[in-house]
Amino acid sequence: MAEVKYEAASRIYPGTEIAAVNELNLDIADGELLVLVGPSGSGKSTALRMLAGLEFVDKGSIYINEKDVTLSPPQDRDIAMVFQNYALYPQMSVASNMAFALKQQGIPKAERMERVKEAARILDLEPYLDRKPKNLSGGQRQRVAMGRAIVREPQVFLMDEPLSNLDAKLRVQTRTELVDLQARLGVTTVYVTHDQVEAMTMGHRVAVLDHGVLQQVDTPRRLYSAPANLFVAGFIGSPAMNLIESDREGDQLMFGSQPLELAADVAADIRASNAKKFVIGVRPEHLTTAIDGSAGEVTVVEELGSEAFLHVTMPQQGTDTTIVVRVPGETSTVRGDRLSIGINGPVHVFDAESGERMGAPIPE
Amino acid sequence: MSGGNTGPVVGQRTVGGHLLSVLAWAVGLLFFFPVFWMALSGFKTEADANADPSLIFEPTLEQFRTVTADKPGLLDAAEAFANSFWIVAISTILCMALAIPAAYALSIKPIGKWKDVLFFFISTKFLPIVAAILPLWLIADYLDLRNTRLLLIILYTAMNLPLAVWMLRSFFAEVPKELIEAAQIDGASLRSQITSVIMPIVAPGIAATALLCVIFAWNEFYLAIQLNTSDASTVPIWVNSAVEFQGQFLAQLSAAATLATLPVVIAGWLAQKRMIRGLAMGAIK
Repeated sequence: MAEVKYEAASRIYPGTEIAAVNELNLDIADGELLVLVGPSGSGKSTALRMLAGLEFVDKGSIYINEKDVTLSPPQDRDIAMVFQNYALYPQMSVASNMAFALKQQGIPKAERMERVKEAARILDLEPYLDRKPKNLSGGQRQRVAMGRAIVREPQVFLMDEPLSNLDAKLRVQTRTELVDLQARLGVTTVYVTHDQVEAMTMGHRVAVLDHGVLQQVDTPRRLYSAPANLFVAGFIGSPAMNLIESDREGDQLMFGSQPLELAADVAADIRASNAKKFVIGVRPEHLTTAIDGSAGEVTVVEELGSEAFLHVTMPQQGTDTTIVVRVPGETSTVRGDRLSIGINGPVHVFDAESGERMGAPIPE
Repeated sequence: MSGGNTGPVVGQRTVGGHLLSVLAWAVGLLFFFPVFWMALSGFKTEADANADPSLIFEPTLEQFRTVTADKPGLLDAAEAFANSFWIVAISTILCMALAIPAAYALSIKPIGKWKDVLFFFISTKFLPIVAAILPLWLIADYLDLRNTRLLLIILYTAMNLPLAVWMLRSFFAEVPKELIEAAQIDGASLRSQITSVIMPIVAPGIAATALLCVIFAWNEFYLAIQLNTSDASTVPIWVNSAVEFQGQFLAQLSAAATLATLPVVIAGWLAQKRMIRGLAMGAIK
């Protein structure tokens, strides 16, 4: 049971100017499953490895349960980590792999075996305890890596893309099992992934990183409905939010040929801003279509059965832009149909240059 | 990386596979034949050995007796084998004891400028040994080390060290970084990381490297004949001196060479078991 706290923690790799992780501030509550998500090079793995003690913290501090562990070696942090490639000891059996940490702690053999058996029971690994890792399937190896972590009953679980070596179907299944397991054990967990779907489905809260800088940390729902900036808006959601560039015309923004209806606080922010270019963000499900022969042309129809996505090319201030619209499944729309697009949901507006969100912060 | 067991499919051989097997056997036999012929000739009389090649002859141990017999003023076989054994064993142990920490410091926890250090090791091999023999002789003479086992132990350790460091470094470098990190997180001390995690993985590499050190030290001739002609001389010098210089000596030479080869073959056989066990263990996936 532990809380984790990053306090302006930075990592600057030797020989580089730009921090891989730049003054990260993050509070993780006891029992929380926090997901660090971002594209490659965002610093999410580095942030995790700093917490593990595998990466030096150049500036700032890291606390586990209010104890400063910034300079502690990994051995002294009472954490368990699941690696992307599992890092199972190839020469040891499954049981020995899981018991290794307990052995290092000097726990007697009888108790070790008991705890390994218990973990194996939870993870359905009982028949494989005597096998070597190379004689296991990918999914089984993943579970052994999990078992090695849970058998220790550590303060914090760290997981570095633990599902990315599994095939798609197994990944979704394991994802659910992992969420359930974490909830049952109630151990504080920091989970790194590049996959925003994984982040959204698993995290109690999700921290979005880009270029080493924390962009937003929030519940999945709020990340989706109130992205703090352009990066989060574009990163979270699949298919991605439509981001349409619009030059200001006076204090107005244009959506296609129509002036955009704006909320009062957004309009006020735009009036107060010096920026010339803005980005309008609308999620595909917040758009409607009407086949009326107007300027939008359907170029691709992605039919998924329960829903379909139309890729529509439409003129936007003199240039063609592509917009994705979600429509009900089994659509009759085909490539080449001409239609108009309307908005029937929230509109996000961002400063095109700084990426800042326009309008008052959305209350929790 | 994903999915189930991806071991080789056993019992499904293609035509190409069979052809390869035949080729491998042919090449193997071709390489083995001279050794076989040497061992066979050792059991022949000189007359048989020098006659037309034949597999049918009356085997005799006469040549082995002759070459191992005490000859006044000449190097004794038992003594040469004992010298070689101790020199090779101690120099190999020393060499590994120095090379393993060096390889660790050059791969797993790389020190600064490790590439330069690595290059320095191999650069010591650039100078032909012939070019170094005079200073070596002078130093050995000055230190009163000529004709001692100690001299060859030092020289063979130094001779094999660069090679051992290079080989071991590449084996150590193949230990996945995550395994060591996993061990650290599991609470393993440095000692425990090395003994429980790193060593079992690099054991085949250590066996292979040690074998090479043994072979090179066992077969070394030039330094031995220049610096250790009498008291502490080794098996290659004995082979050279054991055969009679007058007349036909093919069978004697074969017998002596066979005896000189045996320890290396045994060492190779021992190391091979270790190496194959390591290969069969399989690395991380």
